[in-house]
Amino acid sequence: MREPFIVKDCTLISIATGEEAQNLRELSDRLKSIHPGCIYYHFWGGMLRSSFDEPEYQNDFAAWAWHCLHDSRLAERLAIIDPSHHREIEDLRRELVDVIEERLAESETVPWAQSGQRFKFIRSQIIVFNPDKRINHPEEMAEQIAGLSLGSVFYHFIDARRRTESGRSDFVEWLRMDEDGQYDEMIKQINAIDPYFTTLTDLRRDLAAIFHNNCPTGEETS
Amino acid sequence: MTSALESYAAIVGNEVIDHLRQLAEPLKGMKVVHVNSTREGGGVAEILSWLIPFKRELGLDAEWEVITGETAFYQCTKSFHNGLQGSPVGIPPLLLRAYEQTNADNAERLRSTLEEADFVFIHDPQPAPLLRLCPNRKGKWVWRCHIDLSRPYRAVWKYLRDFVAGYDASIWSLADFAQPLPHPLYLIAPSIDPLSQKNRELYPGEVDAVFDRWGLDPQLPLITQVSRFDLFKDPLGVIHAYRMIKEFTPVQLVLAGGGASDDPEGDEVLREVRKAAGDDPDIHILLLPADAHREINGLQRASTICLQKSTKEGFGLTVTEAMWKGKPVIGGDTGGIRLQVINHHTGFLVNTPEGAALRVRYLLKNRDRLEAMGRKAKALVLNNFLVTRHLREYLTLMFATMHKGVERIEL
Repeated sequence: MREPFIVKDCTLISIATGEEAQNLRELSDRLKSIHPGCIYYHFWGGMLRSSFDEPEYQNDFAAWAWHCLHDSRLAERLAIIDPSHHREIEDLRRELVDVIEERLAESETVPWAQSGQRFKFIRSQIIVFNPDKRINHPEEMAEQIAGLSLGSVFYHFIDARRRTESGRSDFVEWLRMDEDGQYDEMIKQINAIDPYFTTLTDLRRDLAAIFHNNCPTGEETS
Repeated sequence: MTSALESYAAIVGNEVIDHLRQLAEPLKGMKVVHVNSTREGGGVAEILSWLIPFKRELGLDAEWEVITGETAFYQCTKSFHNGLQGSPVGIPPLLLRAYEQTNADNAERLRSTLEEADFVFIHDPQPAPLLRLCPNRKGKWVWRCHIDLSRPYRAVWKYLRDFVAGYDASIWSLADFAQPLPHPLYLIAPSIDPLSQKNRELYPGEVDAVFDRWGLDPQLPLITQVSRFDLFKDPLGVIHAYRMIKEFTPVQLVLAGGGASDDPEGDEVLREVRKAAGDDPDIHILLLPADAHREINGLQRASTICLQKSTKEGFGLTVTEAMWKGKPVIGGDTGGIRLQVINHHTGFLVNTPEGAALRVRYLLKNRDRLEAMGRKAKALVLNNFLVTRHLREYLTLMFATMHKGVERIEL
């Protein structure tokens, strides 16, 4: 018997660390030792905090390189870093530092930001709570998923990547409980969703479409 | 009868309200007290006027207390405000003594309420010394700073820092404003209430009536800045910009503001603004009472473009209000305006009267662009700067404060 999917919800609160960088060299140095939560926050935190839906750059490092250092080349190289390709935050940290060091090596001068535009390192605390909702089978998930909160989508799809053994979403972990491979195609489709260049609303829509297409509800099949 | 939360659901969706109810469940019955220094006028009083009823509806035992003082107290705290925003002010010891004595007097009245509370939120520097004056406090104490402290005049901050360092946590509107303190520095942007008199939809005809009431020409583009008469809001720069626009296109300007009871410098700035306006019939300086919320609502809706040309700004709730009404905002490139005015999307960030004049002229000439920016501005506020998001972060912070330093808190 499949275990039910226990829906959880979450919310983030941002914390200023007091660490900051005035120029690209300082950014690189700080990044080497900054709390891993900061790196996570500046890549993923934008999904749950106040933000503009059409940002020019998906992560805060790229946005700072463009808006404050006015270095479009660096901004483009930082923007293409996809955190979902890294299971470990330390790998992501290394890639980030490599890109910045490369730029420093090819620059004649160290790019500086004005004093009011220093990069401020932020981290977050995540509060996970239980809305007392259980989903017993994938067909039921197909009916319910559009009603999940954006906090739930973040928790089960984004946050799960640093919690689960496979580094995948909770939806995939749950579907994998069936050993007969019944849901392999659906798992493949869920794993193919690019979680980074999107919003939580779009993510929820994409997940709902996959569950609907693979697990038609009674209403749809009748 | 529809509850307040249900009314908000019509705007933000049921999902958001359910989320708040679930989050608040473990906090039900907790006693939460907010303290500030004025019940009317200014952004803090506006925030508290919706936050308290909201918390109560979610089952928290929330109260709002106001400290009171004499003229010397308000002179001192106004100097703090200027100093914290970077002006090199000297504050006479007599005023500092009035500040400390006023807090001591208020502590006598409030001590038992504050010491019993599970959470105490102290807003801005005015009531900051209350922490020390309540030695038997049992709950968590959080200092909420609404001011831009990015470059404070050090002497003033050094004096105030001693009063706030002992809090369990502090809240800042932006990371740029946060000063190092020996406790967690939480970041929560302010918000507006879409159902308040200042922001709700108006009846048909109410906006037209604004033109009649203030002698405005409905055929002329209307540029409006709503803010206190404070030099940091740069009302003189706005008049300068208006004169540059008028050389090219007919336009009228409204500078609308009210005084707050804790701002003794407003009259002096108002005199300077009137002098700069001279006898130009298309400049309308409106000194409105603190409760003229519906009037401000009408003025913002009647406007073609809203300005907030501040040179220093905390968050800039007037920007949020204007954007909620679908107006693009031309704002000073400072403080929280940067968080709201996404350059070329929801408005323009400017640094000079010349920059403001240029952008106004551009938008007046490109009306489709003006409309599109207004729509984006409203969407940005809907998703990020309404009271529901603000309340969610306050509730989240309460859990976070109870689990100091823990990165993941499972309730």
